[in-house]
Amino acid sequence: MISLSQYLIVAALLFGIGMAGIIINRKNIIILLMSIELILLAVNTNFIAFSYFLDNVVGQIFVFFILTVAAAEAAIGLAIMVVLFRKRGTLEVQDLDLLKG
Amino acid sequence: MTALQIIFYILSSFAVFSALMVVASSNPVRGALFLVLTFFCMAGIWLLLHAEFLALILMLVYVGAVMTLFLFVVMMLSVSRLSLKEGFVRFLPINVLIVLLIVGLAIMVLSPERFGLLQMPIPMDKGVDYSNTMSLGMQLYTEYAYPFEIAAVLLLTAIIAAITLTHGDRKKHKSQKISAQIAVRAKDRVRLVKMNSEPKLKPNNSAGQ
Amino acid sequence: MENNLLSIALIIIALPLTGAIIAGLFGKLIGRSATHTVTISLVGISFLLACYLFKLIVLDGQPAVDGIVYQWIQSGSFSLNIGLLVDRLSATLVFVVTFVSLMVHIYTIGYMADDPGYQRFFSYVSLFTFAMLTLVLANNFLLLFFGWEGVGLVSYLLIGFWFKREAAVFGSLKAFLVNRIGDIGFVLAIAAILMLFGQLDYAHVFNNVNSILDKTIHVFPGVTPPAITVICVLLFIGAMAKSAQVPLHVWLPESMEGPTPISALIHAATMVTAGIYMVARMSPLFEYSEVTLSLVIAIGATTCFFMGLLAVFHHDIKRVIAYSTLSQLGYMTVALGASAYDAAIFHLLTHAFFKALLFLAAGSVIIALHHEQDMRKMGGLASYMPITYLTFGIGALALAAIPPFAGFYSKDAIIEAVKLSSIPGAGYAYFCVVAGAFITPLYIFRAFFLTFHGEEHLDPEAKKHLQESPWVVLIPLIALAVPSIIAGGILIGPMLFSDPKLLGDSIFVLPQHDVLTKLAVDYQGATAMAVHASHTWTFWLAISGIVAAWMFNMRFTDFAEKLKQRFSWVYKIMVSKYGFDDFNQIVFVRGTRRIGSFFYKVSDLMMIDGIFVNGSGRLIVWFSQVSKRVQSGYLYQYALVMIAGLLFFLGWLLLGF
Repeated sequence: MISLSQYLIVAALLFGIGMAGIIINRKNIIILLMSIELILLAVNTNFIAFSYFLDNVVGQIFVFFILTVAAAEAAIGLAIMVVLFRKRGTLEVQDLDLLKG
Repeated sequence: MTALQIIFYILSSFAVFSALMVVASSNPVRGALFLVLTFFCMAGIWLLLHAEFLALILMLVYVGAVMTLFLFVVMMLSVSRLSLKEGFVRFLPINVLIVLLIVGLAIMVLSPERFGLLQMPIPMDKGVDYSNTMSLGMQLYTEYAYPFEIAAVLLLTAIIAAITLTHGDRKKHKSQKISAQIAVRAKDRVRLVKMNSEPKLKPNNSAGQ
Repeated sequence: MENNLLSIALIIIALPLTGAIIAGLFGKLIGRSATHTVTISLVGISFLLACYLFKLIVLDGQPAVDGIVYQWIQSGSFSLNIGLLVDRLSATLVFVVTFVSLMVHIYTIGYMADDPGYQRFFSYVSLFTFAMLTLVLANNFLLLFFGWEGVGLVSYLLIGFWFKREAAVFGSLKAFLVNRIGDIGFVLAIAAILMLFGQLDYAHVFNNVNSILDKTIHVFPGVTPPAITVICVLLFIGAMAKSAQVPLHVWLPESMEGPTPISALIHAATMVTAGIYMVARMSPLFEYSEVTLSLVIAIGATTCFFMGLLAVFHHDIKRVIAYSTLSQLGYMTVALGASAYDAAIFHLLTHAFFKALLFLAAGSVIIALHHEQDMRKMGGLASYMPITYLTFGIGALALAAIPPFAGFYSKDAIIEAVKLSSIPGAGYAYFCVVAGAFITPLYIFRAFFLTFHGEEHLDPEAKKHLQESPWVVLIPLIALAVPSIIAGGILIGPMLFSDPKLLGDSIFVLPQHDVLTKLAVDYQGATAMAVHASHTWTFWLAISGIVAAWMFNMRFTDFAEKLKQRFSWVYKIMVSKYGFDDFNQIVFVRGTRRIGSFFYKVSDLMMIDGIFVNGSGRLIVWFSQVSKRVQSGYLYQYALVMIAGLLFFLGWLLLGF
């Protein structure tokens, strides 16, 4: 049978890849957003796995809300991206350094 | 190795592989499609965990709506191929190292000694008449009614925010102002100035200077 | 009676101070003549009171008074007092100080007549008198040190009186710095005394000398000399600077840049003898340290002979007398070393008279020639200035120890005392003082002949105005000439050979050092001594010195010139003053400057400015540059830092390192 550990490790791998996507990514914001989706997916998987093994449905409710928030986040994120592209004509992270000190 | 295990390994390896491709692909469209594949695989894994409702939601909402939105935006902004910038290679090793360390730590914590079948046995089957959707709904509409409504408001806010962001920029918007056109008067447009004619310049003076 | 005496002493001290304050603060207000009237009358009253004191204590033999005027600090059993000690020694010196000071005050009217700093000068001179009297009358080391520093300060101010002259400023600075070296010794000595005795009063210290004789002081690792030797050597270092003994003598010739009355008062008669006075006062300490006495006698002898020799080669009349002062101070120091303290004080007295006389007479010449001091531009002045000529002659004879002038008695007593002394170094000292007996007349009569006899080398412009000095100048000359003739003959009996002596128990001498008592056996009275002089060879040395001076400078000048060329290396050494000045200039001045600039460059510019001040600024700039790079504005870098932090704390939590 598949143990909890296996599910969690898969989630951890996804989480790590998502994180790597954020810090290694030198390309554009879209991939950044996708990496965030990956991370959320990993977290959700953790919740569901624990919900199953602890026989408690509350974990799934959390996932439900996270999905809601993630959808909202994706919508606003993409909207911001569109505005950004209109303003600066680029989505490359190399060019987005207005926070520079 | 049971069938479930085989399915699990196949799904999870596909998920990890496609997730890697999301991060590594230089074409965002392809990346988005790989993300869809990841979601697909993970939905399968969620099914293995008896979270049927959420698995379907993931498919419908994420793959059906969110990822479509992603693809739509990517194509609308026509950001296709992106070149690797300088600095990528320079910082790559340390970044990879950090990620590997964190993942290593996580795996160390999540090892089968702690979360194996002995420590976490598989729960009893719920029976045939058990509905995941129903139990979820029972909780959601009783105990979590307020958070559920707040989530709804949150989604509304997100819709309004997205529209405002993309449509709020009126400066590029070229349109007639009819009220201003009607209210205009002649003296705002034309100004009549009276002035004396210029005196005649003396021919030999100040010409060359 | 005790209180009366104390009050008189206090008034004697206070009057010159009052004069100094009036002249200093209100001098411009009350004008020139009022200034000198006030200061001279105040010092005059002081002098009269000093005479009264002298009569009561010394002549009538009243007991010494040691009293506290004011308690300054009280801390547990330890107290610092302002106290006065009026005994035979201090009464005698107060008498001399006020007398010479009064003469100088009067003389100044003439000498400084057309100087813009007239009132300032009077203020300084009165202030000096105050400080010197405090020094002499103090009953403890602290007040002694106060007076000591006071005279040093005024000396500095007066050498640099004409502060627009570079040489004067240099001279004053040199005097000040050299005296500081001595002060280090003196202060350390006072500290050692305080440490060992717990009190600074003379009486307490002198009564308890026996208690520290077997103690030692740890000076360096492995060097633990007896405490008494350390104290005495340190005290003598102080005395060396003040009384200009080799090698701390270098400031005295430079001090001649000051006005001549000052040279007479401070740098001949009184201040420079403060060291002699101090050692005589500390005789109960010095007697127990034979090592120090040997040091004293050796240094005194060296100063006496070699500085006298230098006087022969100088052309500036004041410098010649200055070197003569050095030499005579050497005589006094030799007497101290031979435990003939009475003889030292005796010579101090007579020297005060005749040296002040010589300086004032030289000053008279200098005024007449409009501040010309080079003897090569003088000559034949005898006929123009008869009184000055006569008084200078008397002073010269006294200095040259020709009987029956004052110097003869005191110097002869010293020479005889050294002959009898058994202190290590006395043999060398005897040679030096005897040689000095020849050198002294040689240089002073060289000055005498060059100035008053022979061809006139005068500046024609100066010659037109050449005349005898005014009476305010001549009165002090005459008043000083009288004791220069008679003081020796009158005082030698009571001071050295009577029982009890004039200074009585102010001076303490161990029986085995008591040379004067041995000397007293042969003493048959002042007149007999003068008559007997023709049988001693010191007298003939003196006469031959005068003759040599006449021959070299008047008769056979060519021969002197040839000698100079023949022994040019000797001449060079002499002109360069044995190289003391050059040595100091090169080793100490330049060395200090080097060290100073080293520390300026290394510790100030490099360490403080470079590392601490600019360095901290630069560090912040550098740090900002570095941390600015962290603020790259790239999201992924911020995320990286965040994740690295996460990794760190996760690792910490999980691995617990």
